[in-house]
Amino acid sequence: MDIIVCLKQIYDLAQIKIDTSKRPVTEGVARKLGDFDKNALEEAIRIKEKHGGNVFAVIKGAKDAAKEALAMGADEAILYNAGTESLGTAHILAEIIRKMKYDLILCGEASIDEYSFQTGPRLAQALGIPVMTYARKMEVRDGGVVVERDLEKTYEVAIAKLPALVTVTKEINEPRIPTLIQILGASKKKITETSPSKPDAGVETLSILAVEMKRKEVILKDVEALAKVIITEK
Amino acid sequence: MILIFSEDNETAFEMLAKGRELAESSRSELTSISFGDGENDHISCGADKVFSIQFQDSKMGHSLLADTVVDVISQLIDQYKPETLLIGSTKLGREVAPRIAQRFGVGCVTDCIDFSKDNEQFTVKRFVLGGRFIMTQKFLHKPRIVTIPPRRFEKKIDISRKGEIIKTSFKPVETKIQVVEIKKKAPHELKIEEANIIVSAGRGMKKKEDIKLIEDLAQVLGGVVGCSRSIAADLKWLSEEHWVGLSGHNVKPRLYIAIGISGQVQHIAGIRDSKTIIAINKDPNAAIFKACDYGMVGDLYDIVPKLTEILKKQS
Repeated sequence: MDIIVCLKQIYDLAQIKIDTSKRPVTEGVARKLGDFDKNALEEAIRIKEKHGGNVFAVIKGAKDAAKEALAMGADEAILYNAGTESLGTAHILAEIIRKMKYDLILCGEASIDEYSFQTGPRLAQALGIPVMTYARKMEVRDGGVVVERDLEKTYEVAIAKLPALVTVTKEINEPRIPTLIQILGASKKKITETSPSKPDAGVETLSILAVEMKRKEVILKDVEALAKVIITEK
Repeated sequence: MILIFSEDNETAFEMLAKGRELAESSRSELTSISFGDGENDHISCGADKVFSIQFQDSKMGHSLLADTVVDVISQLIDQYKPETLLIGSTKLGREVAPRIAQRFGVGCVTDCIDFSKDNEQFTVKRFVLGGRFIMTQKFLHKPRIVTIPPRRFEKKIDISRKGEIIKTSFKPVETKIQVVEIKKKAPHELKIEEANIIVSAGRGMKKKEDIKLIEDLAQVLGGVVGCSRSIAADLKWLSEEHWVGLSGHNVKPRLYIAIGISGQVQHIAGIRDSKTIIAINKDPNAAIFKACDYGMVGDLYDIVPKLTEILKKQS
């Protein structure tokens, strides 16, 4: 069972400050692996522990991100670094992954910096393999993958034959924290750095500006008035 | 042509209202997709044409597969070449929109909070970086694919509107995914991100048992219980599913009631997309009062039971 996990290194959002022209300041802000991406990696490692095989972490980010993934239990890391939009990311990932052997691809449902939910579905579409999104439980069996998808009002149990791509939610597991031995052991594992050509991004960003809160800020004097507002607004 | 799709009718109606404005300003035709119901409602809500999708040899059952939607919309794009697609940001919509975009090699912007067209430039806005920033983007190609969250715009109904219903027949798409079971969620399993009403508890609560006050109010309102970081992460009085904020869950209810919550940056960022925010806190200088629509200064132990009582009588 060869499993590919797609991960992204993201800024610690709480550390991002705002400059005088309301733009985000990311210099000096620490980066870490995306939260749901780590759930995807954890799930891949658990499947490997049960079924054998290899876990390949394909990461948008720098070497420290690769080390983090390898310490958790990935066997090999492939790094790429191209600041681009979802269309471009899917294009680069597909280009890297087409050269690899795989049975299963795992992604987080979204990245917590952008929350665009695009990379998993786009990558599956680019590779022409089935995709099942929002998995809160999954199991590999009989050459297929069974997932329980967390939808708005239902849980949907669905099966796809491998190869397939699954995006996972944060409820699926609790990502492990590597031990010191695992962190040291990770330095022996292979990291490949690739520099893909800059693909078509599909969209162009014109600005990123801090949100201004525009709330009414009405202070009410009594509970009756408060109840009235709640009845109107609910 | 502008093409609208959501499997959730209400979301489709809301997008039709906004799509109508865009259709008027860009002199485009406004069209929508229906999978077998509500065609006339689409017209009343603003559609010029509705593609009513029928399947030959239908064994579709009750769940609409993403594979099917991707296939149907892609065929409509091939045939009609719409310049803009508006897709409802449900879990289905957020899967099909990027897949269609990938298929046509174009950009897609999900969870758009607004879009506009001035001087021939079509721009879209969405929250990024944990909801603290708004990103404005433009598309480099057509079709432009945009997803819009439910309840973003107000629907507008005019039953005298006329429109055309185009019955379009499709072969069922071949899919490699088999749905074997659909389990309905119990009300308490509904995720806080999807709740319409959230009543949240903060550090103003004196002990774990007092969370009951919040639960009672939430119950009367048919809402879900939320909490600030300290209640979930430090005190562990509620599980992390209830944690609202940047590191917990970002929420966007119609009504958010913050009780005994001071309003730290992390928390406020997580509730930014709520329609109406109400705060109850004993400290008149609490940051939450600068981030709410309606506030009441006072002791929550005095206010909340009274409020629950009044609302109970009303319902």
